[in-house]
Amino acid sequence: MKIPAPKLPSTLRIALGALARNRARSLLTMLGVVIGVAAVIVTVAIGAGARTSVASQINGLGSNMLIVLPGSLNLGGTRTGTGGASTLSIADGLGIAQLPHVAAVSPTVTVRTQVVAGNNNWQTTITGVAPSYTYIRNWPLAAGTFLSQRDVDTSAKVAVLGQTVANNLFPDGSNPVGQTILIRNVPFVVTGTLGPKGQSSVGQDQDDTILVPFSSALERLTGQTTLASMLVSADDPSNIAQVQSETTSLLELRHHIATGAPDDFSIRNLQDIANAASATASVMQVLLAGVAAVSLLVGGIGIMNIMLVSVTERTREIGLRVAVGARRKAILWQFLVEAVVLATLGGAAGVVFGGVGSVAVATLAKWPATVPPSAVVLAVAFSALVGVFFGYYPAAKASRLDPIVALRFE
Amino acid sequence: MATPVVAVRDLRRIYPLAGEAVVALAGVDLDIEPGEFVAVMGPSGSGKSTFMHIVGFLDRPTSGTYRFEGRDVTELGEDELAGIRSRRLGFVFQAYNLLPRTTAVENVELPMLYAGVGEAERRRAALAALDEVGLSKQAFQRPNQLSGGQQQRVAIARSLVNDPSLILADEPTGALDSRSSEDVMALFERLNRERGITIMLVTHEPDVAAHAQRIVTFRDGKILSDAPRAREAVTQ
Repeated sequence: MKIPAPKLPSTLRIALGALARNRARSLLTMLGVVIGVAAVIVTVAIGAGARTSVASQINGLGSNMLIVLPGSLNLGGTRTGTGGASTLSIADGLGIAQLPHVAAVSPTVTVRTQVVAGNNNWQTTITGVAPSYTYIRNWPLAAGTFLSQRDVDTSAKVAVLGQTVANNLFPDGSNPVGQTILIRNVPFVVTGTLGPKGQSSVGQDQDDTILVPFSSALERLTGQTTLASMLVSADDPSNIAQVQSETTSLLELRHHIATGAPDDFSIRNLQDIANAASATASVMQVLLAGVAAVSLLVGGIGIMNIMLVSVTERTREIGLRVAVGARRKAILWQFLVEAVVLATLGGAAGVVFGGVGSVAVATLAKWPATVPPSAVVLAVAFSALVGVFFGYYPAAKASRLDPIVALRFE
Repeated sequence: MATPVVAVRDLRRIYPLAGEAVVALAGVDLDIEPGEFVAVMGPSGSGKSTFMHIVGFLDRPTSGTYRFEGRDVTELGEDELAGIRSRRLGFVFQAYNLLPRTTAVENVELPMLYAGVGEAERRRAALAALDEVGLSKQAFQRPNQLSGGQQQRVAIARSLVNDPSLILADEPTGALDSRSSEDVMALFERLNRERGITIMLVTHEPDVAAHAQRIVTFRDGKILSDAPRAREAVTQ
């Protein structure tokens, strides 16, 4: 004669009934897990928020960007340092643009000078760039149009203003687009303004600049052919390393640098910064996981404690259930399910409180706190696991009670 | 003659207590036939409770054989015994042992839960059993809303809900006043007479035992006497 054990729904109902009978105690027991999970959710949310803001800052520097800088020049024993040599040419840039996985290339030419618009003047950095510059720097326009290839081809006298420059040259708030400004006494027509970019990672105001076609900058402002740098954008983050090594090979070839000789240029890779940032983030993640484990451990011990009390208190009930035909396994299941229900409900409540807490942190501290769905699933699943782990011992103890002793228990 | 519900031969139970062994049963032979109403009497320590526990599979004999409905159960595993308990046996205790904060009908449903009976059938059978003990109106009350006599009747409904062949009652009137005791005993008599349920009742009160057809008296782990009811003789 094989008797089926009570099915899970009825076991679940018995467990819920038993928990409901001792509502206050059940809630207090859950509290440990609730607080643990809520703390985990809030910290994970803050951590995830920090990561996205670091990621967006790095992305703000440019999309998959490499910076090629001219090398040092040795002038009779005096070395000029990086950028001193005029070794980078427009032709180098055209060559790099032909390499596989290169999405865009833009030279930069910089000159610092006074700019005049009507009665206002301002000293700023003029940057000569290619039309692809806004794409490479991930820098949207605020108004007007950006420089075109035609502007480059014709060395057109057109300019796009950074926010800081626009605010200082046109303090009355009038629209700069279509106005004429004087750069080193050369009239340039403003075709657009850039969106705000804010400070660079070293605190420099990136909006304090004027962009002009690099050809115009070379011909009309500097009168030289020296490029300050070459910005190269790879088509995908995973191709940055390949683009870097191919650019190196190409430039070594073009500059006739023998194998083993020092390069007359250097390439900076933003990926290094991104890697450092993500390494910091993963250390954070490990620490948070540690906090989560400790708080859930404490919550779990609380559940075990109360379940042991509950088993002792309900000794007669256990004896009775055995007497009316409950198998040992059914008793074990009943108490195990109770512990798991307690832990899981606690975990779910913790997720809710944690979510509310994250929103509060996000609004009050203006911190971009986001709760990743994976954290919610993991937290609830882990609290259920805590219930199983810490509920097993009390449940096993209940199932091993001697029914005769249990029925007489006072 | 039909197979006895309970047939024990040379049943012994020895508890190994610190130092010396305590002999609770020292060789008991007894048959209980289907439809009998047996009262088991005896002073404390006479072995009557141990005997009831063994008959109800809550304890195991040290030696001897026990056949339940013709089947030797001394060698059966715990799960099989739990199975028989949930389908063929009913228990009634002195302290009622109802689950607190649980309605009467849910208490009565409990044995069926472990016998794998479906939800709708559980509710139907539990209400029928409560009706049988005259508590239909109290079906959805909780034990603390019921009198002692009513609580014991709920416990009796619980013991008979699985249509058992044997009900074991351990001092069922021990916590009741004399009127409630009479009601409970009248209920047992009616269940025995009308439904033919075999009842074994453990008590130390002679006027309770007098409701049975047969009185078995234990002393020092052995059967002292085994006689048909003699109401006049007991109530003298």
